[in-house]
Order: sequence, then C-alpha cells, then structure tokens
Amino acid sequence: MASNTQPAVVYAALKEQAVQNRDKLFEKPLIMIGAATCGRAAGALKLVEEIKNELNRLQLEANVVEVGCMGHCYAEPIMVIYNEGFPPMAYGNVNEGVGARIVRDYLTDGDPGYEFALVALEPNDFFPTFSDFPRGVHENKIVLDQCGFIDPQNIEHYIATGGYSALVKVLEADPGEIIETVKASGLRGRGGAGFPTGLKWETCRNAGGSPKYLICNADEGDPGAFMDRTILESTPHSLLEGMTIAGRAVGSEKGYIYIRAEYPLAVERITQAVQQAREKGLLGENILGTDFSFNIEIFQGSGAFVCGEETALLASMEGRAGIPTHKPPFPADAGLWGKPTVINNVKSFSYVPHIMNNGADWFKSIGTEKNPGTAIFALAGKIENTGLVEVPMSTTLNELIFEVGGGIAGGKQFKAVQIGGPSGGCMPESALETPIDFDSLTEAGAMMGSGGMVVLDEDDCMVEIARYFLDFTQKESCGKCTFCRLGTKHMLDILERITKGQGRPEDIDLLMELAARVKEGSLCNLGKTAPNPVLSTIRHFRDEYDAHINEGRCPSLMCKDLIAYYILPDKCERSCDACVGSCPVEAIFSNEDRIKVIDQEKCVKCDSCKVACPPQYAAVVKLSPPSEVAAREQGEGVK
Amino acid sequence: MGKQVTITVDGKTISAGEGEMLLWTALDNDIYIPHLCSERNEKETPASCRLCFVEVAGRPAPVPACTLSVSEGLVVKTRSERVDALVAAGFELLMSNHRLDCKNCPANGKCELQRIAKARKLRLKPKNLPILDKGLPVDDSAPGIVYDPNKCVLCGRCIRACRRSGNSILGFTSRGFERVVATFGDLPLGESGCQGCSDCAEACPVGALSKQA
Ligand SMILES: Cc1cc2nc3c(=O)[nH]c(=O)nc-3n(C[C@H](O)[C@H](O)[C@H](O)COP(=O)(O)O)c2cc1C
Ligand code: SF4
Ligand code: SF4
Ligand code: SF4
Ligand code: SF4
Ligand code: FES
Ligand code: FES
Repeated sequence: MASNTQPAVVYAALKEQAVQNRDKLFEKPLIMIGAATCGRAAGALKLVEEIKNELNRLQLEANVVEVGCMGHCYAEPIMVIYNEGFPPMAYGNVNEGVGARIVRDYLTDGDPGYEFALVALEPNDFFPTFSDFPRGVHENKIVLDQCGFIDPQNIEHYIATGGYSALVKVLEADPGEIIETVKASGLRGRGGAGFPTGLKWETCRNAGGSPKYLICNADEGDPGAFMDRTILESTPHSLLEGMTIAGRAVGSEKGYIYIRAEYPLAVERITQAVQQAREKGLLGENILGTDFSFNIEIFQGSGAFVCGEETALLASMEGRAGIPTHKPPFPADAGLWGKPTVINNVKSFSYVPHIMNNGADWFKSIGTEKNPGTAIFALAGKIENTGLVEVPMSTTLNELIFEVGGGIAGGKQFKAVQIGGPSGGCMPESALETPIDFDSLTEAGAMMGSGGMVVLDEDDCMVEIARYFLDFTQKESCGKCTFCRLGTKHMLDILERITKGQGRPEDIDLLMELAARVKEGSLCNLGKTAPNPVLSTIRHFRDEYDAHINEGRCPSLMCKDLIAYYILPDKCERSCDACVGSCPVEAIFSNEDRIKVIDQEKCVKCDSCKVACPPQYAAVVKLSPPSEVAAREQGEGVK
Repeated sequence: MGKQVTITVDGKTISAGEGEMLLWTALDNDIYIPHLCSERNEKETPASCRLCFVEVAGRPAPVPACTLSVSEGLVVKTRSERVDALVAAGFELLMSNHRLDCKNCPANGKCELQRIAKARKLRLKPKNLPILDKGLPVDDSAPGIVYDPNKCVLCGRCIRACRRSGNSILGFTSRGFERVVATFGDLPLGESGCQGCSDCAEACPVGALSKQA
C-alpha cells in the first residue's frame, strides 16, 4: 500500500519548502499590516503604501505583508513589526504619520515606539503581552488563532505553521473514523442552530444517492456580523482544509462555498486560496497522490438574508427563488439537486482541522460537556473594545462584556445586551451571569445565532430596539407563509405605533399573542425566531413599554415623537449663540434676556443644537413627554 | 398504491396508504382539515398557508397535515386547544389581509375561506387585527378572467394550474408583505400572453381569480 505513506511524504516536502520560504521573511525586519475589510475601512491600504514609501525614502530593507484581522477592530489599522533584538510588537490606531514614524525610529534608531504599542506578541521583560490583559486571559483562540498573523494570500504561511497536516492524517484514516472523531468531539454547528456536526455528516454518508455534495454556508447576512468574513479573509485555508476533510468523511468529491457577493475581498481571498491549494495538490484530483479527489467551487449569492437558511440556499443554488421549503427532507438526505448534501457554517468547518490534529478529548476539554469548544463573537454597540473575540463556551456575558470587551463605552450605564443577531433576544443586567452556550442562551430567551452581539446602554430605548430588529426581519421575510408574512407585519405596525406614542393598553397582550403564534406557526426559522427581540424586551423591560403607552414618555429619550428639545435658561450662556447657527430650520431665537429658546413648532429634532452647545454649558436637553417643555416654561417663567 | 397501514385520527381507526400525506387521508375519510395551499397531485407541498396543523402523538408541536406522511400506528388529533388556537390565529392573519365582500364575490357559496370559518366556527372578519388592504388594482384585462389581488391568499394554486395548462404565465413576485401573484414582467393579464383557458380561476379556492360572468 504505497499510497498510504505517500501523502505524508509529499506533505513533508511541501512543508519543508514552506518553512524555508517563510523563514526568509524574517531575514529582514518584517512589517505586517492588518488589511482585512475592517482594517481597510480604517485606512490600512494607505498605511501600507506610506510604509513602503518611507522604507524607500530611508533606503531601508524590510518585508511588508498584508495580513488579515487580529480581532481588535477598535484599534485598526494595526501594524506588527518583527525586528531583531526585540519581541515582535503590535501597534494600534496607526495612521500614516504614526506608521512612518514608528518604522523610521525603530528600524534606524532601534526605538520600538512604546507609546504607540498595543502589546508585545511574545513574553518579555519590557512590555505586556495579550495574556497580561483580561481579554487575553479569557480568550482561547482556535479558529481565529492565525487570523492577522499569517499572509492569507500565501498558502505557504499556512503550511509552515502545520496547515494541511490534519488532511494528511485523515487521508491515511478510514472515513468512518473521521466521523467518529467529530462525533466524539461534540462539535455543534456554528451557523446558529447548534446541530451536532458529526451526526449530520453520518446521515449524509449513510444516505442513498450519489454524488454527494458539501456546501459551506458563508452567506452571513446578520447586520453587523463579520465573523465568517474575517475567517475567509484572514485564514481561508483552514476552511478549505476542513471542507476537504469533510468531503473525505462523507464520501463527497464536490464542495461549494456559498458566499455573499457583497464580500468582494473575501471572494477574492478564498478564490485565490482554492487556486493555490490546487497548485500544491492539496485540492483537486488525487489529493497528495492518493485516490481521493475533491474540488471546491465558489458560488456567489445575491444577498437576501433568508438565503442563509439552508433550504432557501439550496433553491437559490439551483436557480430557483431563494425561498425556504419544508423540512423534511433534510439536506443531508436530499439536498442540492436532490442529492445528499452536508451544509455547514464557515466556523464549523474551520474547527475540523484542529479537532483532527488535537483529538476529540482536547476539544471537549474546552467549554462544557454539551457545548464544547469556543464561541466566536462580533462585539458591537456601546462597548469599549469592538471587534472579534473567541472565548470558551460557558464564559459568562459579564466576563465577555466587561472583561473581554472592556465595558461600556463613555462611562455610560449598561442596559442590555442583544445577542444572536436580528432574531436574538435582549438580556438585562440580571442575566449577565448567563453562560454563553447554545442551550443557556435559548433558555434565557435569546440565542447563540451566528455570533452577533450588540451592547446597549442607558440611551437605548428597548421598544425602539425591538422595533428596529423586527423591521429588519419583517423586511427580510420571504412572504411565503402566513404567520411570518402577516404576523410580523402586524407586530411591526404595533411597535411603530407605540414608539410614536399611539400605543394602546391592549397592545402588549396582542404583541405577545402574535409573537407566540408566529413562533409556533412559521415555516422556517426566520419566522420562528423573529419575535424574540419583542418577547425578550417585553419580558425584561415592560416598564419602558408602559411608559410609552400610558404616559407618551420614552424613558431613554430616544423615540423622536416622544421627546422635545429644550434650552435650560439658567444654563444658557446667552452670548455664545452656537446653537442658533447650528439649527437648520432657524427654530432658535433669543428672548429679551438673550436666553435662547426653541420654537417647538419649527424644531425638527435634528439634535444639532444639543451637539453645538459647548460642553461647559450643556444647556440643551431632551425632555419626554414633549409636554414637559410647556410645564417647564411656565414654571421658569420663560417668555 | 403501496402498502396499507392502520392509523388513528380523532380516535377513529383508519386504513391508509403508507407514505400518503395525512391531509388527503383525513379528507378521504370525511375528516375535514382546513387547507388552502396543498394539492393532491403535486409532488411537493408548499406548506405555506399554515392552516392544516394537527397534533401528532409523540411530537412536541403541531405539524402541518400536508407534510405528515402516514405510517403504521400514527396517532393524530385534528383538534385540540393548541391546534385550534393556532389555526384560528393563522386564519385571522389571512383574513386581515383579505378584502372581505362576500355578497358581491364570485366565490360566495363555494369559497374555501367560508368553509374553514364554518367548520372551525371562526369569524371571517378579524376580531383583534386591523385590516391591511394593499389597495392593488383589479385586473379584468383578459377576456373571461378577473383578478382581484386584494382577495388573494397566496396559496399558489393558480400558478401551478397555469403551469399545468402549459402556459406558465403566473408567478410570485416581491418579498414579505408585498408578495403577490403576478404575470411575468407584471403585465396586465390581457397583455401577458394569457390564453383565457381559465384554469387558474378554476383552481382559485377563493374569489381572487374568477371567471367573468
Ligand atoms: C433566516 C436564516 C438565515 C441564516 N443564515 C445563515 C448564515 O448566514 N450562515 C450560516 O452558516 N447559517 C445560516 N442559517 C442557518 C442555516 O440554515 C443552517 O442551519 C446552517 O448553515 C447549518 O450549518 P451548521 O450546522 O454548521 O450550523 C440561517 C438560518 C435562517 C433561518
Ligand atoms: S449654545 Fe448653549 S450656551 Fe450657547 S446660546 Fe445656545 S444654549 Fe446657550
Ligand atoms: S373570497 Fe370568500 S371570504 Fe373572500 S369575499 Fe369572496 S367569498 Fe367572501
Ligand atoms: S387563464 Fe390559463 S393561461 Fe391564463 S393565467 Fe389562467 S391558467 Fe394561465
Ligand atoms: S389568486 Fe387564488 S389561486 Fe392564486 S394564489 Fe391567490 S388565492 Fe391562490
Ligand atoms: S431644529 Fe431643534 S434641535 Fe435642531
Ligand atoms: S395545506 Fe398544509 S400548509 Fe397549506
């Protein structure tokens, strides 16, 4: 059986060459710049150019490499420098000027620019590393481990750090063993529902019918979510390796990556990765000289949120309208073109090489018994450190928000965390000790979803938040089934009414009744989960609903129809006039004491005057209900 | 027909063809289950009207009868508090988006909505929900056919009937609440290539597509 030893031999040669080539990078100083979509939005490409120019000007030799995202999006653009004599250093918020200066000082004078440094990447005596911060203590990076540290455009970086060694292992193993390992690891799908991955693979393997297909769901339609995009842009080969292993396990020779067309950089990176893997013989016909062949094709989806639902995804791939169909049949039995098909999320596939390399027991040792492994979250909203984090399952919300995420931005008061994407639930302060895992979150009325997390503070109105998310799901409803099409529409109408101060006392009961039926009666999970934000906000923030309905008051001063702008006479400086010029509709006038007054009839509530009023006066305030203005004016004798 | 199996529906023992959908088995045995979208001779059910829910022993939640394949020993209840509440809610939702005018409706007397209301003792006019009328124009441009989209319950039967007739002129367009049955390019029926066979009107369970008097 020569073919049994062959893959290892072929791979060893590949790896040796990859290590050699990668090590050459370190012969000169190495400058890495995070240039995934998030870094680019912060100006990473201009930084790359400026660094190259500066090196030219100074006639310095260094390698400049564009890498992916390290997850610290709040500090983009991020730059890492490897230079002899010092530990590698990461710098945050590096604009072009700062970048050029760091390079100049460091590479010519040996001054590593501590004042701009975020962390050192290796333990040392001078500067803290990630593990010296609470975030680093909690984080346990598996899937994101290489993100931002390897060149996603160069397969050799992945191979040099052991990439594709798991594939070599499974090429020598029996496919049944692969499935047993995945089953034993307890891996649950990261696309939202948490279905056991090994079981899905086994069903597909045992299903009659061939060929069998594999689909990676990279549709990622949740607003604000970018976990899958980051993986595709930063470490595309871990997905390809995971998919190839899955192909071997279920007996499929053809995989597709369904990726949204709105992710141009991710499409570019993954397309390039597929090509490089094929060139190295790690993908395509007779992988590493064995009789196993596996091909991957990129399919660009056209963007509707519901196309991420697996049956709608299949319809869209087959050229039909992207609309869900009834299950069963499940895709693993009858999927693409009616053939057995495994559909998994980007993250689910990306865990697989690690599980193959380190074993099921290792994976189970992280997280909890029923929820092994890590959770990957995109932190957004009113949190200090936005970005991408990977923590063990069972980390509490409290730890995630206050230790990993650095707490609430701007010293404001935490109010709630909306977790699980647009269909997730809002959890109040009293639920902060909830451990993050599929089961605990569902039990608490939220859900894991695909890992979106929005932190809300005292300025966020919970009725408006519920309306905002329902507005999204209602617009994304495909309209096929009665409950989702009409139920979410009625619910949205009611919420709009409440945020406008036209709510009725019976509205809350009606909302809860509709929500329960929509959950129970809808065809697909979009409808079945769409009411979650409404139900959870009613459950935990009923008082805010009551204030809107009974008093026409928005306690968070967010709902435009329920607030009015007012200038506090005793705070107004009188002569500065900043607000007057800022108002686009000339609603602000001076009274005889030169105190500024807002003409409520004219005011369009644009917030300009409140922003314009200098902070030392802070004379402009919002009042709710708007009738408060008249009450104050009377009390204060304003003319 | 394949193997015969024995099942229980509402306490009645019934012999049925294995793999048949429960909806048809029940109807064949004079047990009425509300339904709008599913058709016996189509391979797949859209399962979109969500009115045919039944309670199945051993299943945690109600199941649409048009998706429930019959197997030996199946025990089903077509009525329960939970099923009734769910069907009533679905029906009220549909009726909240239906231009109700039975007196002047071509379907009056043979309408499936009237039948469901009668069988389940439900009001045609929604009790708690306001009416969402899209105010779409009535299309009477094709000879012999009138289409009032404001009465449509989106069952899709006309689309399938039109496809079976070999014409394939009708389809669903738009998403969400805006979903509507329309011709390709949203042309009036009279300009759409419609042959006037009126198969669609025959298929429509309500008064949305009808033959012109
Ligand atoms: C409305 C809707 C949108 C979805 N979007 C995605 C998505 O963008 N990515 C994804 O992996 N799964 C998505 N899913 C879940 C998929 O249907 C499916 O469960 C998942 O891809 C299976 O992969 P997993 O087992 O690895 O989780 C969505 C589900 C629904 C109902
Ligand atoms: S900006 Fe503030 S302090 Fe200045 S006039 Fe206006 S309200 Fe008074
Ligand atoms: S379709 Fe049926 S319920 Fe509607 S108006 Fe006509 S007869 Fe009445
Ligand atoms: S009349 Fe016939 S051809 Fe015309 S739309 Fe109806 S089914 Fe189609
Ligand atoms: S027009 Fe009639 S048959 Fe066609 S979808 Fe509407 S209700 Fe069903
Ligand atoms: S118009 Fe009133 S705040 Fe600008
Ligand atoms: S007949 Fe079953 S859902 Fe419409």
